[in-house]
Amino acid sequence: MSASTTVQPLEAEYLAGLVDEAVPGSVVRWEDLTLWLEPSRVADAAHFLRNSPNLDFQFLNAISAVDYIDHIEVVYHLTSFTHRHTAVIKTKLFGREQLSLPSVYNIWRGADFQEREVWDLMGVRFEGHPNLKRIMLWEGFEGHPLRKDYL
Amino acid sequence: MTIHTEPMTVNVGPQHPSTHGVFRLRVTFDGEEIMEVEPVFGYLHRGTEKLAEERNYVQIVTLTDRLDYVSSMINNQAYCLAVEKLLGVEPPPRAKYLRTLVAELQRVASHLMGIGFFVQDLGALGTPLMYCFRTREKILDLFEMLCGARITLSYMRPGGVFADAPKDFWPALNTFLEEFPSEFGEIEQLLLENEIVMVRTRGVSTLPLDLAVNSSVSGPVLRASGLAWDWRKMEPYDAYDQVEFDVPVAQNGDNYDRFWVRMQEIHQSIRIVRQCVEQIEPGPARLELPLVLRPRPGTEAYGRVEASKGELAFYLVSDGGISPYRCKIRSPSLINLTATEHLLVGWKLADMIVTLGSVDINMGEVDR
Repeated sequence: MSASTTVQPLEAEYLAGLVDEAVPGSVVRWEDLTLWLEPSRVADAAHFLRNSPNLDFQFLNAISAVDYIDHIEVVYHLTSFTHRHTAVIKTKLFGREQLSLPSVYNIWRGADFQEREVWDLMGVRFEGHPNLKRIMLWEGFEGHPLRKDYL
Repeated sequence: MTIHTEPMTVNVGPQHPSTHGVFRLRVTFDGEEIMEVEPVFGYLHRGTEKLAEERNYVQIVTLTDRLDYVSSMINNQAYCLAVEKLLGVEPPPRAKYLRTLVAELQRVASHLMGIGFFVQDLGALGTPLMYCFRTREKILDLFEMLCGARITLSYMRPGGVFADAPKDFWPALNTFLEEFPSEFGEIEQLLLENEIVMVRTRGVSTLPLDLAVNSSVSGPVLRASGLAWDWRKMEPYDAYDQVEFDVPVAQNGDNYDRFWVRMQEIHQSIRIVRQCVEQIEPGPARLELPLVLRPRPGTEAYGRVEASKGELAFYLVSDGGISPYRCKIRSPSLINLTATEHLLVGWKLADMIVTLGSVDINMGEVDR
């Protein structure tokens, strides 16, 4: 346990250095508290974030997706209970069709329903998820309603 | 030697009296034992996140009421904190205390309902539930004095609360606090060491800590598995850094521990309410903000609280317009269900509904 009694956000610059060293070529850029990763390397970087003793992000708070028309951004909020720090990891997927990301299901089981929700409502596929089907809507529903061009 | 039977798939819900809402489970049994389980959601999906993109920042408060409709105050609080983070403002001290006070009352009401239905699922039809409802009803009366509503409260606003508490709220709250220990004492006496409750729930559906953490489980369910993690302590918001309270934690992660943690949390909540009543000082209860809020473009905020079910968070992204560009809701009820399969497989049919009751989900929040 660190000396801090409350949770502190981790500087993205420090995080970027560690991640880039462990998973070369995975870091795109960083700004304040946010780190952008290469989409194809998300699972590798997540594995490092989860297992590195200095970072130890054992808790996945949330997976969110935001539609910016020309790209969709997927956001991971992470927390370490042992070191009491948090991080925000983002990745950008350009285009509208056939979007996919490597799944982090095998690193955090908590990604199960959240990745299904992102697929259902935002239309991003997660490769390697064992049960990727719609969660809120029914199979056969057309489109992904949280996208900006849906309605 | 164990005798196996022909596997049988049973559909539980969505219209089932003890699934706590429109929740459906597809369960495969070997005799009485659960072999496979698949939760099915979406029967109460209203597209809250999409609706939020069409409303202005103050209007969305009413949408948050309808997420976890037995703990509206805490939903309001999480949302308002996220908007305040987005705007970079802080509510005045009196508003912070009022919010902390009502959020804790709401936690008591929500936990009482969770406990009441949990023992109802065990077969204690009626009596304990009515004991819990008796106290909850008084809390709803207090809320009615504050904002006129009992369930969908919309009491909080970005920058504070809708209005200061009326004069007669304080004596009514004092009466409630005086009556509470004996009323809750009765519930404790009835349930906490009740032989049937103990025999039916101890050691049933255990959730080990590493699996709980890996499955992103939060709130009382996580604390019952042995980790004293509470966002009120870890990332204090509103007046939680001004009050003293303990974080109850249990070690076994079974149905009894989840129930026990909730019982203990009620004591801590009342402790916080008493401190708020002592510490609160006169002053404005709401920040002067424009009616239509326009946060700076490109800003985003992740506002989180320790809700009665777990970590509730709103992830807001602004494009400078009058409504959020994106409003993502991190719902504790949905994510706590990630562990359903582990909790149920291998256990008996009779324990299935009890286990769901011990996780304490709310379908308004699961489906959103």
